[in-house]
Amino acid sequence: MRPERGKTSKMILSLSKDEMEIVREQDVVPFRNRVREYSVRIKMGLVNQTKLITAASELVRNMLNYAKGGRIRIEIVSKGRDNGIRLTFSDKGPGISNIDLAMKDGWSTAKSLGLGLPGARRLVNEFDIKSEPGKGTTITIIKWSNG
Amino acid sequence: MALDISALLQKKKKSILEMWINNQLANDSLRDDLISNEDATMQAEELLDAFLNTLRLESRGDSAEGGHDPALEMLETIAITRARKGYSPRETGVFLFSLKEALLKTLNDEIKNDPVALYNESLAISNKIDNLTIASFETFIKGREEVILRQTDEIAEISTPVIQVWEGILALPIIGTLDSARTQVVMESLLSKVVETGSEITILDISGVPAVDSLVAQHLIKTVSATRLMGAECIISGIRPEIAQTIVHLGIDLSGIITKASLASALKYAFGVLRIEVRKIKEVKV
Amino acid sequence: MEKIPILKMGPFLLVTIQVDLYDRLALNLESDLIQMVNKVGSKGVLIDISAVNIVDSFMGRILGNIASMSRILDAQTVVVGMQPAVAITLVELGLPLNGVRTALNVEKGMKLLQSMVSPDEAGEGENIEDDTIAV
Repeated sequence: MRPERGKTSKMILSLSKDEMEIVREQDVVPFRNRVREYSVRIKMGLVNQTKLITAASELVRNMLNYAKGGRIRIEIVSKGRDNGIRLTFSDKGPGISNIDLAMKDGWSTAKSLGLGLPGARRLVNEFDIKSEPGKGTTITIIKWSNG
Repeated sequence: MALDISALLQKKKKSILEMWINNQLANDSLRDDLISNEDATMQAEELLDAFLNTLRLESRGDSAEGGHDPALEMLETIAITRARKGYSPRETGVFLFSLKEALLKTLNDEIKNDPVALYNESLAISNKIDNLTIASFETFIKGREEVILRQTDEIAEISTPVIQVWEGILALPIIGTLDSARTQVVMESLLSKVVETGSEITILDISGVPAVDSLVAQHLIKTVSATRLMGAECIISGIRPEIAQTIVHLGIDLSGIITKASLASALKYAFGVLRIEVRKIKEVKV
Repeated sequence: MEKIPILKMGPFLLVTIQVDLYDRLALNLESDLIQMVNKVGSKGVLIDISAVNIVDSFMGRILGNIASMSRILDAQTVVVGMQPAVAITLVELGLPLNGVRTALNVEKGMKLLQSMVSPDEAGEGENIEDDTIAV
């Protein structure tokens, strides 16, 4: 797959795609293992792997706790010379009404310690969140191999 | 009209190749000390074939954009090979300009009766070769960047030596700047050695760190926290007076972090924690 | 339903976590542990996480819960064997793990528990020779 000529090479390419459905808490561990597999495949270092899987674990638990589950897309992506893993968490849950507040450290709802989102964001390189109250939430994170 | 050019040049392929090689001989860019003349000629022929192929695909409407560009791919391979052999980027550039000369001369010979067409086609060919030349430079630079990246990794590895200064005490002198990437490497090296040796005290000496700002201080604090999380302690030593000043002026809170001015005093402190005493051996007077 | 084994080591209890904890397993561990502490009158709990690759806020909460519950029953908790990658990640995640003491391994964890449980006897069982330079 080649990027279009003329564009800068900072475009992100998707090199492989995989999807998982998360419905119950027993799905968490297989999901984490799948992320581990992909990270190992692109030769990501151990600390970066741990950061990615921990962030993913936070986000998937959120999905289960607040939205009763959802779908996760796992992709190997590449930007220039670096490879990375991109995870997209989509749910049809209640959504987050105030994203800014949710991203602030210490903000808490129900069961969480208030560390879910801001903590996860610190562990990865790119973090994008889109949410519409009543419709659902989509969170995309990228961890580059050379983090 | 483009169709004619592609077919026309294809017909004249042999003479173009010959002209090209002669150009290279004339401007001394063949470098038979790096590649034999036969190999150089073969390389040239492969590139010319690929170039003519690209022209043919384009004339048929198969755009090179976003698709398969045989000339570019062949060129990238040749550029990498040449770079490895020791050709300078200029020499590879001249290699391509010699081809341009040959192509333009051929065009001139064939369609000089139609100046407008000659101009247009010459311009088109010229642009294509120029793009290839730019690509060859980019390939060269990419190769260089890879070398730099590899060396950076090597330097990172060498510059975080964890030293066991005593049973249960590790020291890690940091030389150079401490950014977040390096901090992660430092933490990983230090903490794996902690597990390996079962050392409960680590000393991070920063006398080789030129500047300590809030970010660097944060990296240091994180390193201490991670060490403590594992059940060991981390002492920061080698704090120069100017650094102490900067830290206070920046309002950085280092309370809770054990700091010592020198590695020696950090070591003394560590001995104290481990209940180790160092005594001068008493001379027995005879 | 798998259960995580709890071993009795003298006055203390040792739990070695070797599988990924999910909600129900973790809750069972909490209640099993606290029952044991009560039943045995244990003074200390050692949780060995040397085989744990990922500690997220859920796991962190479990460890914190165990420490708090044990303290209410007058027992101390020490977590041992944290992997470097886990420690580095936890710091970045910002998990405070308050009330949880840590040690490098089971041996050092036991020593720590001993010192926490009976401070007057802490470490004094060592010979005087140990305090001078080992040759």
